[in-house]
Amino acid sequence: MTEPTPLHLGKPVAPAEPAADGLMTAPAGVFDATAAAGLELKARSQWSYARKRFLRHRLAMLGLVLLIVVFGAGIFANYIAPYSFSEIDLNNILSPPTTVGQHYFGTDEIGRDYYSRVIYGIRTSEEVGLFVAFVSSIVGLCVGAIAGYYGGWLDNLLMRLTDLVLTLPALAILLTAAALLGQGSQWRVSVILTLFFWTGIARVVRGIFLSLREKEYVEAAKAAGAGDARIMFRHILPNTLGPIIVNGTLAVATAILTEAALSFLGFGITPPTPSLGNLVQGGQTNPQQWWLTIFPGLTIVLIVLCVNFVGDGLRDALDPTQRRVRA
Amino acid sequence: MLTYIIRRLLYSIPVMIVSTFLSFTFVSLAGDPVAKLRGNPRLPASTIHNIILQNHLNRSIPVRYWFWVKDVITHKLGNSLETFQPIWPDITRTIGHTAQVIIIAELLALVLGVAVGIFSAIRQYSAFDYFFTSLSFLGFAMPTFWLALLLQILFVDIYLKWNVRIFYTSGLNSPHQGTWSLDRLQHIALPVMTLTIISFALYSRYMRASMLDVINTDYVRTARAKGLSEWHVVMRHVFRNALIPIVTIAALNFGGLLGGAIVTETVFSLDGMGYYFIQKLQAVDLYAVMGWLVVTSLTIIVFNLIADVLYGYLDPRIRYD
Repeated sequence: MTEPTPLHLGKPVAPAEPAADGLMTAPAGVFDATAAAGLELKARSQWSYARKRFLRHRLAMLGLVLLIVVFGAGIFANYIAPYSFSEIDLNNILSPPTTVGQHYFGTDEIGRDYYSRVIYGIRTSEEVGLFVAFVSSIVGLCVGAIAGYYGGWLDNLLMRLTDLVLTLPALAILLTAAALLGQGSQWRVSVILTLFFWTGIARVVRGIFLSLREKEYVEAAKAAGAGDARIMFRHILPNTLGPIIVNGTLAVATAILTEAALSFLGFGITPPTPSLGNLVQGGQTNPQQWWLTIFPGLTIVLIVLCVNFVGDGLRDALDPTQRRVRA
Repeated sequence: MLTYIIRRLLYSIPVMIVSTFLSFTFVSLAGDPVAKLRGNPRLPASTIHNIILQNHLNRSIPVRYWFWVKDVITHKLGNSLETFQPIWPDITRTIGHTAQVIIIAELLALVLGVAVGIFSAIRQYSAFDYFFTSLSFLGFAMPTFWLALLLQILFVDIYLKWNVRIFYTSGLNSPHQGTWSLDRLQHIALPVMTLTIISFALYSRYMRASMLDVINTDYVRTARAKGLSEWHVVMRHVFRNALIPIVTIAALNFGGLLGGAIVTETVFSLDGMGYYFIQKLQAVDLYAVMGWLVVTSLTIIVFNLIADVLYGYLDPRIRYD
């Protein structure tokens, strides 16, 4: 496929200020001219440019493929895992990794198959990661949009709240919250994490809304008689989606890491339910059985690495003005 | 500058009041602090009742909060609800242990991270750069507790296999050994290693980015055009300016870690602030947890301020007023 040069733009990649609805359509004159010259020119939206950039990002694609495999294994755990996560086999206690009986990751001190437990653990972790990222993005988006657009008491409250969170170590707050709200199921842990994750996204969205509400196209929309809701969601929102998607993606990784740390310390998801964090903790009690620590931990590293790659790829694709250092 | 510092400190007072009140409410609701005593059959009900009265546990939370604030100011954080011993000596002891580990680990990480960051930036996209970039990506993706556990397992297995004691894998020191004995260093080596690796990933990455930012500026081109040697350009013109953000990040990181590297200390059962916090939280020891929170948030506030002041000092373009 030959790539038609976008005639209407000096630089093909100009994401800073696309047209109000987020789509970049070529002016009508361009079509006429190219049609007259016998060339066909397809209108390209910002999204198709972004998709192209993303598909070309090798690390991100690798991360995405691996992530689909790993998360797919979690979703279809019932079909893939050779055993159930709680099945006890007293004849095979602390067996090292072997293909005999499909104990690829070995077994623990009461003979449960670790390969199956890790796969079910992936399911738990991915539920937590996706839930936390999705819900805190939505909440953070709404609060951040209103705080940034209107300012006022909500803005003040949001800023003071984040100040408050910044004076304490995040893990200590989460541990205290887990002690209060109880631990156990993955949904409880997800809710606790969400309570603290949305503020970060809200701050990002607030910042963008704060700067975009002064733009000329917002003024133009106002002059044309658009209401606040229309300006916020139709005109400003599409321009904030890039950073929100990137932040939301990276939040999946942070949530999975935090959940694992909480579960490891005994304040998160508690056993019978396997999560990658409490599986690693199971390894601590048997230091000579290295496989009990290595495999669940490697799975966490793999997931987080892939999510970070995808997040970086999305950042480069959606928001090329912002090339950042990973922190 | 002085007015700025005073204003910042004054502003942190209401923040402290709100955050301590919220956490006081949280921890109070988290469980019954005398549940353990109630379970003890040898304690008569009247004793427990007296303990409740003495600690005002029958009053409402705002009232208890008020009594607690008085205790913090007049009795150095008050007494533990679990052991009825004063909290202050515990905090000073554990923060000393944490500080020893943190100072060694952060210094190591800073020196290594800055050095690697400089070379990665000068030789961008070289094999050296790619190697350390991948390493730091791995460092970001690795859960701290897993890294700590891997080191622990490795040295436990070495000991069990060959009976060689290189590093101890838990605890602070053997009996009758001092703060700077070889025995202590053998004990804290693994926690130090864990924290160094994690912080190194951060510092080397930041240093590289910061170097690259500076290396492309006009005044660096001017310095080269003047005919200065590359070494002189890098060390005098680039390095010194690239160091500014790192100093800030290091100060912030240090303040955060003084509250205890909760996960690392727990894995190695190291008698530091983080391990103290976890134990007290598990015991629902309200006043000990609150004492820890006060000390930790104060150190974070102070180090945030130090970071800002340092930044203003190192970069004269920044003015506080």
